[in-house]
Amino acid sequence: MQTKRMTFPSQWLPYALLAPQVIITLIFFIWPSARALWMSLLREDAWGLRSTFVGLDNFRRLFDDPLYFNSLQVTGVFAVGTTLLSMGLALMFAVMVNNMIRSRDAYSTFLVWPYAVAPAVAGVLWWFIFNPSIGILPYVLDMVGYDWNHRSSGNDAMILVILAAAWKQISYNFIFFLAGLQSVPQSLIEAAAIDGASRAKRFWTIVFPLLSPITFFLLVINIIYAMFDTFGIIHATTEGGPSQATNILVYKVYRDGFVGQNFGSSAAQSVILMGIVIVLTVIQFRYIERRVNY
Amino acid sequence: MVENRPLGNLLSHIILIFGVALVVFPVWVAIVASTHPPGTFVRGVMPLLPGPNGWENYRTILLEGRSRAGTPPVIGMMWNSFVMAMCITLGKLAISIISAFAIVYFRFPFRIFFFWIIFVTLMLPVEVRIVPTFQVVADLGMLNSFAGLSIPLIASATATFLFRQFFMTIPEEMLEAARVDGAGPFKFFKDILLPLSITNIAALFVIMFIYGWNQYLWPLLITTDPEYFTIVMGIQRMVTGGDSEPLWHLVMATVVLAALPPVLVILFMQRLFVKGLTETEK
Repeated sequence: MQTKRMTFPSQWLPYALLAPQVIITLIFFIWPSARALWMSLLREDAWGLRSTFVGLDNFRRLFDDPLYFNSLQVTGVFAVGTTLLSMGLALMFAVMVNNMIRSRDAYSTFLVWPYAVAPAVAGVLWWFIFNPSIGILPYVLDMVGYDWNHRSSGNDAMILVILAAAWKQISYNFIFFLAGLQSVPQSLIEAAAIDGASRAKRFWTIVFPLLSPITFFLLVINIIYAMFDTFGIIHATTEGGPSQATNILVYKVYRDGFVGQNFGSSAAQSVILMGIVIVLTVIQFRYIERRVNY
Repeated sequence: MVENRPLGNLLSHIILIFGVALVVFPVWVAIVASTHPPGTFVRGVMPLLPGPNGWENYRTILLEGRSRAGTPPVIGMMWNSFVMAMCITLGKLAISIISAFAIVYFRFPFRIFFFWIIFVTLMLPVEVRIVPTFQVVADLGMLNSFAGLSIPLIASATATFLFRQFFMTIPEEMLEAARVDGAGPFKFFKDILLPLSITNIAALFVIMFIYGWNQYLWPLLITTDPEYFTIVMGIQRMVTGGDSEPLWHLVMATVVLAALPPVLVILFMQRLFVKGLTETEK
């Protein structure tokens, strides 16, 4: 990693400048993570007085636990659903906005602001719209003969949280897709048009392949978002229910740790999640072409 | 656009209007609900047009809160959210810009090592290691304080990287000229780097203010004293705390107030916001 050719000669100043960031990182990032690692190897007795070293037993129990497998599955469905829905819609909107000339900025403004809404707030909004007794959407669904109830139906609850999570994320994906589309050379598209390629054909053979680095980047970011940033949506609405149907991994870590007081198991789950984030971050930084021109 | 096709354009407009409607609809419903008296939500379907009670609802929630369910007046929670968001934002900006300055403009032992320590924060989001982080903060006696709400969240690898990248693009001659003129590191930082970084600082400010304002899980755990409740976590208490059905007209008024500040920030600083978002993620 380079510095400038010419640098300042101070012996102590760089350390002083780095100190705040590094100290906070050590105390509030590295130390708790090390503690999670250590705690994942211990088990407390029923009164929480003594803990004994149990090796990898907490992990073994987790992998034998059907509830944990259920949570893995739920997280998978939730992450895939949220990612596909929000990226699909965002790409469609971005392509159309990019074709507009006069109305481009107006549409962008309307599509961009949900980024500012907190996940928990997004959850409560959709929860209200889908409220089984007074919500507008259950009312409409009832007319076509569907009895919506996210309090008893796990499927309904999953659809609810996916919609809320995807709704909030559309703006993010839209901004990146639009930036990507604007960097596609106009001359390529014109050349294809002169050769007689239709709009659809131009999109799928020229524009979409050129967008693939950004699509891949967004894929990773969206999976990270769905797995780790959606705690608020779950906690403020379904609380993991009904009967574990929306109990995603980050929510389960919190529940087992703070509500269930099962620190060993919660710590083991933390360690597994850290492993997942580390893999995703490495993919994000190693394999993604980040020289996209915006 | 290559060719002009009125039919295709019309279709695009229709789809986009549908998209905008999809994006706006939940918030429209919330705004409408926040203007109705409580009786509207007892039966039937929720209203889609504004009611007469807006002024009253907002006054109640802002100044009185819901004492029965243990939520303080919203105005206090908004102030807490603002203070927390500002502490996080300014803290992140301050420690990141000086870290980047150290990494780019000095050569010293363990430079790469420190860089990696900062990088590691990207891999350890707070949600993932929530229990031990809470214990550390509790051990330090930082529960129920603005320090506890903000300091553990202000380490920022993305901001440090962005500043580093930006500093690398500043011509070498700047430093050479400054050194020839006898400027030390502090003077160089204050008179040259800071003014040049203003746009980057502003763009990051927008992103981080939104990040700070929207914190949820962290304040939920750190605050037990209503005096420190923030508005985003307060909503959850209004929805689940208290008896049977939530008081929707008040909940939705709070939802609108919780979303308003960050949405305004985006609307008024859209260009900076887009710049901040696309540059930090690069």
